[in-house]
Amino acid sequence: MSQIERWRSMVGERSERVWNVVERGAVRKFAKAIGDPNPLYADEAAAKGSRYGALVSPPTFPRTFEYGEIRGMGWPEGGMLHGEHRIEYRGGPLRVGEEIYCSTELKDYYEKESRGGLLGFVVVERSGETPAGERRFTMQDVAVVTPALRRTLENE
Amino acid sequence: MSEVVPAWEAGDELEERILPPVTRLQLSEYAGASGDFNPIHTIDEAAEEAGLPGVIAHGMLTLASVGLLFSPYLEHGYVKTLRARFSGMVFVGDELAIGGRVTGSEETEEGRLHAFEVYARRGEDTVASGVLGFLVYAPDGSGPA
Repeated sequence: MSQIERWRSMVGERSERVWNVVERGAVRKFAKAIGDPNPLYADEAAAKGSRYGALVSPPTFPRTFEYGEIRGMGWPEGGMLHGEHRIEYRGGPLRVGEEIYCSTELKDYYEKESRGGLLGFVVVERSGETPAGERRFTMQDVAVVTPALRRTLENE
Repeated sequence: MSEVVPAWEAGDELEERILPPVTRLQLSEYAGASGDFNPIHTIDEAAEEAGLPGVIAHGMLTLASVGLLFSPYLEHGYVKTLRARFSGMVFVGDELAIGGRVTGSEETEEGRLHAFEVYARRGEDTVASGVLGFLVYAPDGSGPA
């Protein structure tokens, strides 16, 4: 079965929940990489005195977590383009030290004709919950299969 | 960081920010910090194989840059929702402008939720755009639950 056929047939499948913790070093490195010097991401004393009472993480940080594998789905090593990103939080920004159980679901696969050829769209939802099972955030991403990548995937 | 609770009103423009040119080092650093090692962001040959003229910036890095507009207000609230579409590639050397405007606001149980249209542009080309919701906590000092 080709990668594209697998995506088509596995819509609705999800991964097991994976334990993550919001790590101080990971947040500091991430904030530096995105060029955000906000002390609430890196300065323990400033964060303690803030309404959050702890260091917090930037809005796009949850992409760094482990979400587990959807068994048997596969994913090309490279070449996918990012089409869309959505995130919605409940209960404030994520705090350093917070434990999050993450999982992912294949929501959809569809195709569209474009000037450059046929494009494929893989829609993936990733979510995070507290240990008590309360939703903290839901993300949805659309990854694009370019015509060049499609040719590679079909010849595998 | 801003000491002042933002008083956004519909129609207000956020002050546009011009970011420093994208560098290869920055893309490597973001790859490491995010765990996104898709080689189209760091290796020219891999980008060319994917039909691109050269390495491109991570879409999530561009989107994180849009988030910089709201970071000064983090003491008063947070980015609660974000929906963005990537509509153009960002290459090494590109200078992006980030900005947006307020489209409205509503009272919620958690606080006042302000809605924005946001963008990242290179010259006339929009490379990412979307809508963002920033939640401002009530001024009585009540914090997140």
